[in-house]
Parts: sequence; C-alpha cells; structure tokens
Amino acid sequence: MNRRDDYRRELRAYLTGLGLAVVLSVLAFGAVGLAEGVPGAISRSTVVWTIGLTAAVQVVVHFRYFLHIDLTRSKRDDLQLILFSALIVLLMVAGTLWILGDLRDRMMAVL
Amino acid sequence: MSGADLWHLLFGKLSADALPFYSAIAATAAGVVVCGALGAALLITWLGRWRYLWREWFTSLDHKKIGIMYVVLSLVMLARAVVEACMMRMQQAVAFDSAGFLPPDHFAQLFTTHGTIMIFFMAMPFLTGLINFVMPLQIGARDVSFPMMNSVSLGLTTAGAGLMMVSLVLGKFSTGGWSGYPPYTELGFNPGVGPDYWIWAVTLSSLGSTLTGINFAVTIYKRRAPGMTLFRMPLFCWTALCASILMIFAMPPLTVATALLACDRYLGMHFFTNSLGGNMMNFANLFWLFGHPEVYILILPPFGVWSEVIANFSAKYLYGYRSLVYATMAIAVLSFTVWVHHFFTMGQSADVNAAFGIATMLIGIPTGVKIYDWMLTLFRGRVRFTVPMLYALAFLLLFPLGGLTGILLANPAVDYQVHNTLFLVAHFHNMLIPGLLFGMLAGYHYWFPKAFGFRLDEVWGRIAFALWVAGFVLAFMPLYALGLMAMPRRTDAFFEAAYLPYTLVAAFGALLILAALVSLCVQVWVSVRRRRETEVFAGDPWNGRTLEWATSSPPPDYNFAVLPQVEGRDAFWLMKQDGRAYRTPDRYEDIEVPRNSAMGPVVGMAGAAAGFALVWHIGWLAIIGVLTMGGALIARSFVRHTTRTIAADEVRRIEARWRDAVAASPGVTRDDETTPANRGHAAMEVA
Amino acid sequence: MNAQGRNYPGINLDHEPQTHAEAEEKVFGFWVFLMSDLVLFALLFATYATMTGATAGGPSGGDVFELKSTMIETGLLLASSFTFGMASLEIKYGGKGRLFAWLAVTLLFGALFLGFEWRDFATMIAQGAPPSRSGFLSAFFVLVGTHGLHVTAGCVWIVVMMAQIAVFGTARDVKIRMLRLGLFWHFLDIVWIAIFSVVYLPGLVR
Ligand code: HEM
Ligand SMILES: [Cu+2]
Repeated sequence: MNRRDDYRRELRAYLTGLGLAVVLSVLAFGAVGLAEGVPGAISRSTVVWTIGLTAAVQVVVHFRYFLHIDLTRSKRDDLQLILFSALIVLLMVAGTLWILGDLRDRMMAVL
Repeated sequence: MSGADLWHLLFGKLSADALPFYSAIAATAAGVVVCGALGAALLITWLGRWRYLWREWFTSLDHKKIGIMYVVLSLVMLARAVVEACMMRMQQAVAFDSAGFLPPDHFAQLFTTHGTIMIFFMAMPFLTGLINFVMPLQIGARDVSFPMMNSVSLGLTTAGAGLMMVSLVLGKFSTGGWSGYPPYTELGFNPGVGPDYWIWAVTLSSLGSTLTGINFAVTIYKRRAPGMTLFRMPLFCWTALCASILMIFAMPPLTVATALLACDRYLGMHFFTNSLGGNMMNFANLFWLFGHPEVYILILPPFGVWSEVIANFSAKYLYGYRSLVYATMAIAVLSFTVWVHHFFTMGQSADVNAAFGIATMLIGIPTGVKIYDWMLTLFRGRVRFTVPMLYALAFLLLFPLGGLTGILLANPAVDYQVHNTLFLVAHFHNMLIPGLLFGMLAGYHYWFPKAFGFRLDEVWGRIAFALWVAGFVLAFMPLYALGLMAMPRRTDAFFEAAYLPYTLVAAFGALLILAALVSLCVQVWVSVRRRRETEVFAGDPWNGRTLEWATSSPPPDYNFAVLPQVEGRDAFWLMKQDGRAYRTPDRYEDIEVPRNSAMGPVVGMAGAAAGFALVWHIGWLAIIGVLTMGGALIARSFVRHTTRTIAADEVRRIEARWRDAVAASPGVTRDDETTPANRGHAAMEVA
Repeated sequence: MNAQGRNYPGINLDHEPQTHAEAEEKVFGFWVFLMSDLVLFALLFATYATMTGATAGGPSGGDVFELKSTMIETGLLLASSFTFGMASLEIKYGGKGRLFAWLAVTLLFGALFLGFEWRDFATMIAQGAPPSRSGFLSAFFVLVGTHGLHVTAGCVWIVVMMAQIAVFGTARDVKIRMLRLGLFWHFLDIVWIAIFSVVYLPGLVR
C-alpha cells in the first residue's frame, strides 16, 4: 500500500521532470527555428536570452527531478558540494572569459 | 610491407638514435638509471624478496603502507632532482664567458625535469604519502573511504615517475620548463618526443592526484570516529581536507591543458598553435588555473605538519585553533582567484592585473595569521628542540622572507621588472624549501617512529638539518641579488662579470644541499642499525596529543581495535589526562579490512605502457594499455570478496601484546625523550 | 556524519544502518568525482567560448551545425534519462525483467545518440570542417567529443550493470552501483543542455 504510493509519487516526479524538460527544450529550439524560418520574426537578442534562461531552468529541473537534489537535510552535503563547485566553476569560467577577452580586445586595437 | 614500415608498426618512432650516446653526461645518467634499476631488481631477487614485496607492499590496500610507498617514491625522485639542481648550479658557476659543460639544450632539459619532478613526483607524492599514513589514524578511522582507488592513485603516480626515469634512457625530455608553454612545446617548434614525455608523465600524475583528492575528502567527511566533529580534528586533517578540495578542483584544468596540447601535437588541432586560430595565451591561463591552487596544495599540508609539530613539542594546545582553520579555508578559496599573477606580463590591461594583484596580496593576511598563531603556541610552552622542531624554527624564520618577496611580486609594476629573473626563482624556492620541503622532512622525522617502530638518529638528523638550512641560505639568497641585477632565469651561460661571485656562492650552497641529502641517507642507515636502542613499539615517543599516537608503532592493520570515542580536541592527550588511554575494551569484535588487490600495480603498469606508447607513437601498445586499464576496472567490479576478516581472538592477541609492551616500558619524561630510555611510553608530567 | 537514523533516500536498501552509511559514502564520493569532471567540462566550454571567432577563414558554427539533428539528439538523451529513471524505479519497486528492459531501452537511446553524433561529425568532416581546420573547430570537436566519450563510457557501464544484474541480481553493491550510474547518466544530460545551449543553438542564430 505504502510502497505503491511511493512508487506513484516517484513516477510522477520523473514524469514531471520529463514534461518540464521537454517544454523547456522545445522553447529553446523553437525560438531558434522561428528565427531561422521566419526572418525578422524575433530578434537575435530575444533568442539568445530565451536559450540562456531555458537552459538555466532546465539545469535546475534536471537536478531536482532526475538527480533528486533538494533542500532536505539528507541532501545537504550534496547540495553544498554542488554550490561550492558552481562557485569555483564560475570563478574559472568568468576569469577565463575576462582575461582572454581583454587580451583579444587589446590585440584588435592594434590592428 | 617494407622493413621500415614493420619497424614503425612495432616500435613507432623508437630507433637507435633514441639512445643517449650523443653526450657523455647524458650517457652516464642513463647508465645510472639502468644500473640502478637492474641493481635493485637483482638485489631483490638475490634476497628472494619479490613475493614479499608483492604481497606485503605492492598489492596492499592498507593506507599506511600506501603512504609509506608514496614517501619512498618521493625520496627517490628527490635525489634525482637535487642532483640535477646541483648540475645547473655548477654550470652557472663555470659558464661565465664560456660554454660550461652543459650545452643549452641539455641545460633546458635539466630545469624542465628538475621542476617537473620536484613538483609532481617529489612534493605531491611526499605530501600524499604523509596524509595517507597519518590522516586516517588522526580521525580515528580504519582506512580511507576507497582503499582500492588509493592503490590505483599510487600506481598512476608511479607510472608518471617511471616515464620520467625512462626519458633519461630513451629520447630527450622536453626543454619547455615545468610549465610547458606552447608554442615552444608545439609540434612546429619541438617535433621530438620531449614534450610528449612531459605531457603524459604530468597527465598520469594529475589523474592520480585527482583520485587522491576525492578519496581524502570523502574519508574526512564520512569516516571520522564517533565524537570527532570537524572542529575537533587535528589541524593536519584540516589542511589535508583543504588540500584535497584543491586537488579535486585544480587538477582538471591541468588535465585539460595537457590534453589539449596533446590534441595539437597528435591530431593536428589548433588550440595553442601560432596559426589557424590557435591561442597560446589560453594555455598559460589553463595551466595557472591549476598552477596557483597547486602551490597551495603543496603548502597547506606542511602548514598542518607545523601545527602538529609545534603544538606537540611545546606541550600545549595549538594557539588560535579556530583562526588557523578559518585561515586555511580562506587560503583555499582565495587560491582560486589569483592565477593571473603568474603571467602579469602577458599583455592584458592594467585593470585585470590590478584585480589579481590585490587578490594575491590578500592571501598574505591569513598566512600571517598562521605565523603568529604558531609563534604564540611556542610562547611559554615546554619547548623541546628535537629535529622536527628545529625545522619548524627554521621555517618560522625563513618562510616569512619568501612571503615578503611574494608580496613584492604581487605588485604588477614590480613584477614587470623582475619577471623571468632569478628573483622569482629565489622567491619560490624560498617558499618551497623552508615551507614545503622542511615541512615534509619535519613530518618524516616526527612520524617515522609511528611508521616503523623506532626513532631516527638525532645526531645525523641535526647534521642534515644544519646542512639543509645553510645550503638553502647560500644557494638562494644570492639569487635575489642576481635577479635584481637582471640575470634571467633558465640561462645556461652569461657574460656579466658581476654575476660570478653570486653564482659561485650559490653553487657552494647547492653542494651543501647535496651533502644534506647524503646525511639523510646516512641517518637512515645509522638508525636502522641502531633500531633496538630506539625501539618505541609502545607507540607514543613524543608524548603525543592526537589519535595516531594511541596505537602501537607500527599500528596494527586495523589501526584501532575499537573505534575511539572522541571527547574533545587533542583526543589522545585528553585520554591520557583522564586515564582513558590504554584501557582494555570490554570485548573485541571481528574486524574487516580490505583484501589485497593487484589493481594498483596493473593499472599503473598499463598506464605507464600507454604513456610510453603514446610518446613513441606505438599504436598497438597504447591501445592495449588503455584497454587493460578499463578492463581491469570492469573485472574488478565483478570481484565480490574484497575484504578479509581479522577474528576477534586475533585482535585480542595483537592488542594484548601491545598493552603488555606499554606496561613493561617505563614512562619516559620529556628530558629523556631522545635517549634510549624512550620506549614509546610517555610519563605524565605535571605542566 | 551520523549514519544512524538517516537512511539513504535514493533507493530501498535493507534496514541496516551499515548499508546506508556505505551508500552515502560511495554516492557522495561519486558526486565529488562528478564535480571534478564538471570543472573539466567547464574549462572546455570556456575554451570553446573564447574560440568561436577563431575560424581562420574556415566554416563557422552556422555553416555546419544542423538544427534537426541536434534536436533529435536532445530528444534521445532526454528520453534516455527518463527511461533510466524508470529503471531506477524498477530496482526500488519492481522486478528484474522490467529492470532489464528499461536498461536495454536506455542503452538503445544512448547508442542512437552516439550514432547521430557520429553522423554529424562525419558530415562536418566531409564538408571541409575537420578539427584540424581551425581553432574553433578543434574546440568544437573536443568539447562535444568529450561528452560523446562520456556517453560511450556510460553505455559500456550500462552493459556491465546488465551483466552484473544477471549474475548477482539486485544485490546491495549492485544497487549502489546503479545509483552511481544514474548520477553519471543524468549528469551527462545536464552537460548536454549546456552543449546545445552554448554550442549549437547560439551557433545557429544569425
Ligand atoms: C633542493 C635544492 C634545490 C636547488 C639547489 C634548486 C635549484 C634550482 C635551479 C638551479 C633551478 C633553475 C633556475 C633557473 O631557471 O635558472 C630551479 C628551478 C626550479 N625549481 Fe628548484 N631547486 C631546489 C629545490 C626545489 C624544490 C624543493 C622545488 C619544488 C618543490 C623546486 C622547484 C623548482 C621549479 C618549479 C623550478 C622551475 C623550473 C623551470 O624553470 O621550469 N626546486 N631549481
Ligand atoms: Cu601563484
């Protein structure tokens, strides 16, 4: 009885995850397809923003529904680890883009 | 198929030209390696010890034995790197207005191998070994979280070190420095096998260190004894934890850098090439994303050693424990924000340099906090000048000097002046020798009795210490002056008479360092011969404060018969204070320990074979090597009996033997600590 | 930390605290590994981002990427994540037969994904866009290829797990291993989200 409920609940979680992920992917791909198919229908920056935002949300969806990371206590170690990793990744990626971008701009200025 | 084709298929680029007969010095070095390896093999065969080594050491998953093997590896590599350093110093002592005895190409190989070995195959294995041996004991655990992976890490590291040694015999090593910057290491400039040796040796070591970092961090998170909260851990464990976290996040950038360089060299890609869109500046960026955290991986564990040694030999609680912990964490996080200071002169704008310069200076603050904490620990302590303590004092005097020159270098404007000069070489050796190497040596002296059950000889320890310090000062202080006089680093000859006196003094210093190394060998010899006099089976020769001293020396396979109940910081000290030490437990239980496994040696050998094959473009061997590694992993996952049980009776017998020894040995006071009266049972003295 | 009273939530292990402590340790260790791997991917992404302009006169992303096949690949991976989720549910609640079936479906999707990716690569190379053509293409092939290699490893791992389930059934160590495989598989999905959002889609927007 109890097991059955658990099963249902978890199945529903996977289905929700799948549904959300499909919707978000379709949004992103749709924006690009629209821009390609109907020139001028949608501005480039809107498309890029759509891609970026849907990606960010979709990452959270995958963490939540497929990787089962949430705010409960038993997941706290994992969550802290992921957040710390995100910080380090942010430092490394942002730093790389900043430094190499700066170098590129300065070399362009000479040309 | 022609003979040449067949040869190429079987042996890749290998040919008789790979042998080092082009130079007497290179041939001698190769001879030493070959004779050394053969001699060792013959000796082992003659003593009939292969089976013993295989069973008791190579396949062992015991963290203590793996730790010891790491340290042995690092000492062997230290010897080679010090000899290379001496050759460089000799060259610079004679190469005024002359070519000296080393051609430029050879000199360049020497600083490359010296730097690569010192960092990846001396420092890293040394600290990994110490952590491996000590940390599980200190947190009251029976082993690390993933014992088999531990052995695989050792295998990978040894494979990298093996490639370094093979490069002395077959082919020439890279001339691109330990940082291997392209385009100099690109195919277009350096079509030989040298950079490939560097790439694969470093990659193997990097993979090993990543796994090690994961293992240690998880062990510290999940394996602490009951009551051992994070803030009760000895400081060495804290530094081990932070260093492990750095390994986890800082080794991947190195792996990426070497892998992309390999893509350029092997697959004709254009990550760092001069043409077709390559961007060599990204290599500097990636390398130092690893490189800077790396120097903190190197320095944090020694900081942990200093904390243990200073507190122990002052017979005091560590002053400012919490501030030391927070300082360690701050250093760990800040170390990810400063990597640009290694390439201030690459051409990015002043804004970028200023930001990273300021971040760099900030690191000085937590480090300064630590120095004060250690000094305050000494204050009014019962200070004993044993060998580890002597190293600690030398560290406290010399390390801040290197730190101060580091703060100078953190200023981009200053860095522009002295970048690429010997000033920088002086700075980082000033950090690495008094900081890292002395720390490792102090740890080696301090924990040696724990590992082997007898103490190291004090007299030879002091001789070696004096030689290290004198040698360091003489070898490196002149380099500050030379750097300010604009002598570039990595030069094999010079034409400026004013440099000569300094390079002569530095050469003399290097010889003293060589003598120090010899003294360490003599010390081992003497100590082994006199081991009966200095035997400390009872386990607590230094009146220790932390849990590793609560076991016999050497500790039993299972470390603790009953996991210790920790009531506070300096757990063993507390136990001794309230008479809970050495108490016989009510009952013993069966204990499971990991069963031996050949995975480590197999993966290591397969990795070495794959690396060697890639260097020489021997396709079939590379494929076999890689498949063997993967296959071994899969095969291992089908093995289900991975532990063996030590029966409760057996445990009781082992423990009784130890307790009897403790009871039989008289308590020794701190005055007699270094005399044969010290049997490893400390008398409680009223402070 | 304290293992008692804190059961590992991912899977129904038996009630021994020992087992849960073991699962927690191993799964946490695997998370740490994944995070290390994440840094590796992050730097490949950063490298790619700095090299999008480095086409050296050769083709750019817009010239060689295909929206349709990216979409199919995305669908395949998403579906495989869901089917793997179903396999995890079977371990927890169901039987061996259906577990096997779900794993086989997951494997099939993974293999199809790799097939499509391979076809993409082959088409690009045939169109004069091999990795040695420019810095941009090097960065593209290595980034996407590294993900592909991971998926390949994941597929091998699925096969190994099917073998283990056949031999050992859903024993405790098999379960804990499945838990880790699940993390790996779903993690690769997240990397793929980043790939289509950073590489393919922006490359296709003009
Ligand atoms: C034991 C005494 C040592 C001596 C006499 C010594 C000497 C030298 C010398 C002469 C150089 C070349 C300097 C130049 O570029 O002109 C050098 C470079 C270097 N040393 Fe040492 N060293 C010693 C210990 C160490 C230690 C303990 C480490 C690290 C743990 C280390 C790491 C390095 C590195 C990374 C380089 C740079 C290599 C390069 O230029 O790529 N050294 N050392
Ligand atoms: Cu640095």
